[in-house]
Amino acid sequence: MEFADYFLELYENTGWNFVFLYEQYEYDRVLEGMWVSIKLIVASLIFSLVVGFIGAWAQGVNSKFVRNAIAGYIQLFRNTPPFVQILFFYFVLGNLVPTYDAGGYQEGYIDSFGWAVISLGFFAGSFNVEIFRSGIEAVPESTREAAEALGYTRLMSYIHVIFPLAFRVCLPSLNNNLVNLLKTTTLAYGIAVPEMMYTANQIWSDNVNVSEMMIFLFLFYVGLVAILVYGMHKWERKMKIPGYG
Amino acid sequence: MSEIASNGGSAWTPDQPMVSIKDVHKSFGDLEVLKGISMDIMKGECICIIGPSGSGKSTLIRCVNALNDIQKGSILVEGLEVNDPALDKLELRKKVGMVFQQYNLFPHKTAIENIMMAPIHVLKQDEKEVEELARELVKKVRLEGKENSYPGELSGGQQQRVAIARSLAMTPDVMLFDEVTSALDPETVKEVLTTIQELAEEGMTCILVTHEMGFAREVANHIYFTDRGVIVEHGEPATFFDDAKDPRTKEFLSQIL
Ligand SMILES: Nc1ncnc2c1ncn2[C@@H]1O[C@H](COP(=O)(O)OP(=O)(O)OP(=O)(O)O)[C@@H](O)[C@H]1O
Ligand SMILES: [Mg+2]
Repeated sequence: MEFADYFLELYENTGWNFVFLYEQYEYDRVLEGMWVSIKLIVASLIFSLVVGFIGAWAQGVNSKFVRNAIAGYIQLFRNTPPFVQILFFYFVLGNLVPTYDAGGYQEGYIDSFGWAVISLGFFAGSFNVEIFRSGIEAVPESTREAAEALGYTRLMSYIHVIFPLAFRVCLPSLNNNLVNLLKTTTLAYGIAVPEMMYTANQIWSDNVNVSEMMIFLFLFYVGLVAILVYGMHKWERKMKIPGYG
Repeated sequence: MSEIASNGGSAWTPDQPMVSIKDVHKSFGDLEVLKGISMDIMKGECICIIGPSGSGKSTLIRCVNALNDIQKGSILVEGLEVNDPALDKLELRKKVGMVFQQYNLFPHKTAIENIMMAPIHVLKQDEKEVEELARELVKKVRLEGKENSYPGELSGGQQQRVAIARSLAMTPDVMLFDEVTSALDPETVKEVLTTIQELAEEGMTCILVTHEMGFAREVANHIYFTDRGVIVEHGEPATFFDDAKDPRTKEFLSQIL
C-alpha cells in the first residue's frame, strides 16, 4: 500500500503520526468511529425534527396544560447546557429504565447511544419547536381558513397545508440549528458513545498523537457540516415553489 | 337518528329551504355585527347580498359554514343546525363550499393538486376517481393546460377559477362566494362571473356577496340589501333595482350604479 507507506515514512522522518492511515487496527477504529458519529447525527437530527413537528403542533392545541408543558420543556432545554442534559439523561433517567441480563451483567434497554440520541434530539428539538412555530405564524390565517372550509380538521390541515408551507419559510434557521446539533453530538463522548470524538481520544491515548487526531477531527467535522449544508441548500432549492415567496 | 335529534329538526326535503337563516345575531366583543338576519334560500336558487362595506355581509356568509359562530338564532343547512355545539363540522362542510376574495389557494400545490387534495384527504376518495373529476372540473372552469401550474404562476382570474373548482370537487350542495371578483382586474372579472353564472344555471344553489350589480340583476333570483347588520330591503332583481323603497337602498344604489 503506497498510501500507507507514505504516512509511515512521514512518521519516521518528521514525527507526524497519522497512525490510522498506515495501521489496519487504528484504521478500522477510525472507520467505526466515523460510522457511529454519522448514525448518531442522522438519528438525533431525525428525532429533533419529529420533536419539533409535534411540539409546534401541540403549541396550538386548546389544552392550556399541554401548551404550558411545551413551553416549560422549551425553557428547560434552551437554558441548560446540553452536556448536563446528556449526563442527566444517561445517569438519572438511565437508572430508571429496566435492565436485562446481557450474559453476566445487567444492560439497560436503552444504551448510551440511545440516550445520546434522545437527549440531543430533545435539545435540538426545543429549538426546532420555536423555529417551526415562527414558520407557522408566517402562514396566513386565510390559508388555514380555506383548508377548514374544505373540511380539513386542525391536524389534517397542519399536516397537509400549514406545516409544508411553514417548513419552507423556516428552512434557513432550521439549517443553522441542525448544523449546531451536528457539532453538539461530540458531547456524546461524555457518556462513552464510541463516536468519532471518543474514538480519537482512545487513539491518542494509545499513540500519543493528540495534534494529529485533532487535525483529523477538524477535517472530519468540517466535511460533515459541508455535506449537511450542501444537502440543506439543495433541499431548499428543490422545495422552492414556482411563483411563490 | 341521534344526529337529527340533536339538531332539533326533521330530515330535510327539497320543498324546504336549503339554507334557512332565522334571526341571526353575531357580535365581535361589544360590536354587534349581525342584528337579527333572516332569509331562506331554496334549492337551485342564486341569491346576492349587497350592501356597504362593514355591513356584515362577509360575517353572515361565514356563519353559514361555521367559520364564524353565532350568538343567537338559527341557521339550517339542509336541516343541519349550524348553531349547535355538537355540530359535525365535516358534515356541514361537505354540504357547503366556499370561495374567498383572495382565492386562498394552497401555494405549494399545483392547480390540479389543489382541486384533488380535499376529496382525497377529507373524503378519502380514490385518487384515480378524484383525478378524473378534477380534470372535468378543470375543463368546466376553462383551465385546460394549466393543470400543472402553481398558483403563483396563474393570473388572479385563473386562480379564482381553480378555487371554484377546488370547492366544487367536494360536490357541495350550496356554494358561498364572498366578493370573489373584488381582487381581480376588470378584464378577468368577466371570466370568473361567467363560471359562476354557468354554475347557477346548472342549478347550483349559490349565495353571493358581490358588488357586481349587472351580474346580480342578470343571475340572481333574489337580492338582499344589508346595512349595519340588518336586511334593509330585499326582492327580485327587477323590483329591487328599479323600484327600491328604502332611502338607504336608494342612496346605495345611486352611488354604485
Ligand atoms: N374577526 C373579527 N373581529 C372583530 N371584528 C370583526 C371581525 N370580522 C369582522 N369584524 C367587524 O365586523 C363588521 C362587519 O364586517 P364584514 O367583514 O362582515 O363586513 P362586509 O360587509 O363584508 O364588508 P366589506 O364589503 O368591506 O367586505 C366590521 O365592522 C368589521 O370590522
Ligand atoms: Mg366582506
